[in-house]
Amino acid sequence: MKIDSIHTLEKLKEKSFKKVYLRNPNEAIYDDQKDILVCGGTGCIASDSNQLIKNLNLILKARGYDHKVNIIKTGCFGFCEQGPIVKIQPDNIFYVKVVPKDAKDIIDQHIIGGHQVERLLYKNPTNEERIHKHKDIPFYKKQLRIALRNCGRVNPEDIYEYVAFSGYEALGKALAKSPEEVIDLIKKSGLRGRGGGGFPTGLKWQLTRESEGDIKYIICNADEGDPGAFMDRSILEGDPHSIIEAMIIGGYAIGANHGIIYIRAEYPLAVERLNISIKQARELGLLGENIFNSNFNFEINIKYGAGAFVCGEETALINSVEGRRGEPSNKPPYPAQEGYWSRPTCVNNVETFANIPPIILNGPDWFSSIGTKESKGTKVFALAGKINNIGLVEVPMGTTLREIIYDVGGGIHKGHKFKAVQTGGPSGGVITEKDLDTPIDYEHLAEIGSMMGSGGMIVMDETNCMVNISKFYMEFIMDESCGRCTPCRVGTKRMHEYLQKITNGEATMENLDNLEQLAYMIKDGSLCGLGQTAPNPILSTLKYFSDEYISHIKDKVCPTKECKELSTPKNREVQI
Amino acid sequence: MPNVQIEPPHSDLPREKFEQLSSYIDSLDTARGALIEILHKAQDLFGYLPRDVQLFVARKIGIPAAEVFGVVTFYSYFTTSPKGKHTISVCMGTACFVKGSDEIFQAFKEKLNINSQETTKDGLFTLNNVRCIGACGLAPVVMVDEKVYGKVTLEDVEHIINTYRKEDSI
Repeated sequence: MKIDSIHTLEKLKEKSFKKVYLRNPNEAIYDDQKDILVCGGTGCIASDSNQLIKNLNLILKARGYDHKVNIIKTGCFGFCEQGPIVKIQPDNIFYVKVVPKDAKDIIDQHIIGGHQVERLLYKNPTNEERIHKHKDIPFYKKQLRIALRNCGRVNPEDIYEYVAFSGYEALGKALAKSPEEVIDLIKKSGLRGRGGGGFPTGLKWQLTRESEGDIKYIICNADEGDPGAFMDRSILEGDPHSIIEAMIIGGYAIGANHGIIYIRAEYPLAVERLNISIKQARELGLLGENIFNSNFNFEINIKYGAGAFVCGEETALINSVEGRRGEPSNKPPYPAQEGYWSRPTCVNNVETFANIPPIILNGPDWFSSIGTKESKGTKVFALAGKINNIGLVEVPMGTTLREIIYDVGGGIHKGHKFKAVQTGGPSGGVITEKDLDTPIDYEHLAEIGSMMGSGGMIVMDETNCMVNISKFYMEFIMDESCGRCTPCRVGTKRMHEYLQKITNGEATMENLDNLEQLAYMIKDGSLCGLGQTAPNPILSTLKYFSDEYISHIKDKVCPTKECKELSTPKNREVQI
Repeated sequence: MPNVQIEPPHSDLPREKFEQLSSYIDSLDTARGALIEILHKAQDLFGYLPRDVQLFVARKIGIPAAEVFGVVTFYSYFTTSPKGKHTISVCMGTACFVKGSDEIFQAFKEKLNINSQETTKDGLFTLNNVRCIGACGLAPVVMVDEKVYGKVTLEDVEHIINTYRKEDSI
């Protein structure tokens, strides 16, 4: 069957709805059918959720309930700390930390017996009470899931489930408009690049459309390199069709017939699901020639990265897609003018794409009503480190850091004290207690010395040494510096050496001055974003925690005792 | 791409793998821009990318060997030395780092008596530090081949090593 019009898509949606009606909150359900949703994200698979699914299936069959209950392997629910996650629909019951041997209780007690399995319910850490319903869990209360809308809701390997939740409707709508109208709509929505730059997406599309050339390309940047951020991976694993749909829309808007997904080879599950989705979309005529009978043709290819942080930078990415070393080039010309094989190219990030279909479906006004004046919509953060609720969260722009850390994140791990939070990964900076009430958007984060970045959010407590943390980031950047320009290639190495000296207790105050000067020099002198932002972790920790640096240098003491060389007996004697 | 016949080098590397690589390259529409894909395939086949394999690829697709070497050494996914039977990857993403993965890594180094990217003398283990495998909820994380160990403590290190040693001695 081919989908050749909105009409056939609607028919298919109606037909597919049977598959998912148990998961629709607006439906009144009177029969005894159930859906068991099991998280199949990387984190939960690591905790044996595949075996759990096998066990559930076996026991269902043995009890003769397999015709009444469907087991669906979904994408990431986001609540990774509590994984593996199991959700029973339409009951809206949310089980956490489910191990394979719990399958028996879930089937016998809940499905057959009709009683919830108390011990598997989420326990509220503040009052030790068990919470039954998914929607009542504090972790989810302040969240607004747009980009992650289908993660944990659909089977990512089934295009019909995606269609049942209005999938590819946005594509049908977009193809009925002119490309200029589509661009206008995205511009009006205020959507900005979620990869970290924050460049207005609609404008990027317009610039690529206006560039001269009969062949153009649209590239999805899925080379998620920020250590500690995994939202792109979760979207690709949990809702791959949304990316494919958005790329076709983007291709239509800028005038490209060819899309490329550039993805890390380290993400095998995401690659597998993308391949499945592309094949399914092709079979239904959503990729290929004359899509929706509109005379528009579009194809998508996957290209693999091979592990290089700098390839997140768009000119470096394009070099890598062309099979070369992923070194950045000088801008201009911008990729919108001369990109992949010197043709006009538009590079957008995974999360940016995930926002496109809802914007087309619900309209730009809906999207721009969410968020702050300059930053519209939501942002996904990967919350990790010393925090209770580790996982993926999506909140409206303008939510404060305090709300994310304490309300959504459930506060600091094991009752420790909050010390700092790092946003923007190795290119960002630390934020301390005094700025926790800052509403999060691109501008405010820059104002307080950090940045949005791709959305990594690492929380640190009083046991983390800030000098050690900035040494960690510098080691990362030093490894990942591509070597093209001198300030970054040599400078990051020198900065790392200074930090090594400080944490070894061998540095002088003069070294510290030099380190700071060097940091500014590298900021000003580097070719691409990687080098220009490389000194940020040092500069921001120096700003807020200079006493820790001084204590390492003058007293030869690491206040948190994290730096081993400064807590050996030899050094303690010196101190006495 | 046009069928260019290149004789595999005389080396200890299995000849049939060169033939497989050769027919993979022949099956591509064009080798233009496909170097990284070809190297992925080559590493799948051989397990690593030794000099002879790099030279073979360069001659086969008609580019300087220096360009191939430049790409191989640029990306952390490619390796030029053979790997042990099991690869132990300690996650050094930020989430794992703030939960003490550097100490875990240190413990593996000491117990196995090797450095990062090295292989034990008996060829059993290769030790790697990797950047974020996306299982931050389980930090600190260690991956042995495809198996993920979450919330690893210093005490677990010896246990993990012994599991694979025992398995191997049976």
